[in-house]
Amino acid sequence: MSDFNCSIVEHNKIQIIKLKGYLDAHTAPMLEENFTELISKNKFNIVVNFKDLNYISSAGLGVFMAYIEKIRENKGDIKLTEMNEKVYNIFDLLGFPLLYEIFDKDEQAISKFLGNKSE
Amino acid sequence: MNDNTLIIISRTENLSKVRDFINYQALNAGFNSGDVQDIILAVDEAVTNIIKHSYSFDPEGEIRIEIEIKDDEFIITITDKGKSFNPASVPEPDIRKYQKEHRVGGFGLYLMKKFMDDVSYTSIPDNYNKVTLKKKIH
Repeated sequence: MSDFNCSIVEHNKIQIIKLKGYLDAHTAPMLEENFTELISKNKFNIVVNFKDLNYISSAGLGVFMAYIEKIRENKGDIKLTEMNEKVYNIFDLLGFPLLYEIFDKDEQAISKFLGNKSE
Repeated sequence: MNDNTLIIISRTENLSKVRDFINYQALNAGFNSGDVQDIILAVDEAVTNIIKHSYSFDPEGEIRIEIEIKDDEFIITITDKGKSFNPASVPEPDIRKYQKEHRVGGFGLYLMKKFMDDVSYTSIPDNYNKVTLKKKIH
């Protein structure tokens, strides 16, 4: 039984990873695989949608820390969207808003990527 | 083993069992759902630390979680028989520094302390480690 899954859709060459369920030390490797695969395909503009994510522990937060530098070195970014209040609170407690852009909606993150590209 | 005790082996697949157990116990004790979620996260972090650090992912280690309610306090005691742990060696997380150092851990203990009223460790080398988490029942 898996209590977590993630799916990827592409929109304007931006990858949107949708998270669902419980992201903990057991399920974090599944998300890592997705990041590893995107990076191996040189896809560095990534939006992570948290709308259906019920739960995150520090093992899940660690995944974002593990890949951000590599992605930014390649002029990409990880932008985070649609977190529920509880999940946002955990990101906030650990200072993630200092390092990551967090948006209410995917569209805002996408237009930020598209805007940045035309600079 | 009674209703107030859960014994698992040190595999991350058991974290969901731990969360279900704590959910049941904390709701029964009278915590609101926000507090219940905080307690679940704190215990998840403690057990994850044990699996990663005390047992170094050895999948056969025993982890015992006991609940006690004393003087309006919800007390969770988690015992393992792995390597001893010194919480004083864990610094407060600094996310900018972590990014530079490519560090991915170190957040768990901080969250445990944030969400519980008291977190204490006892370690008897070559015998057992015990972490005790306490939260007042309002």
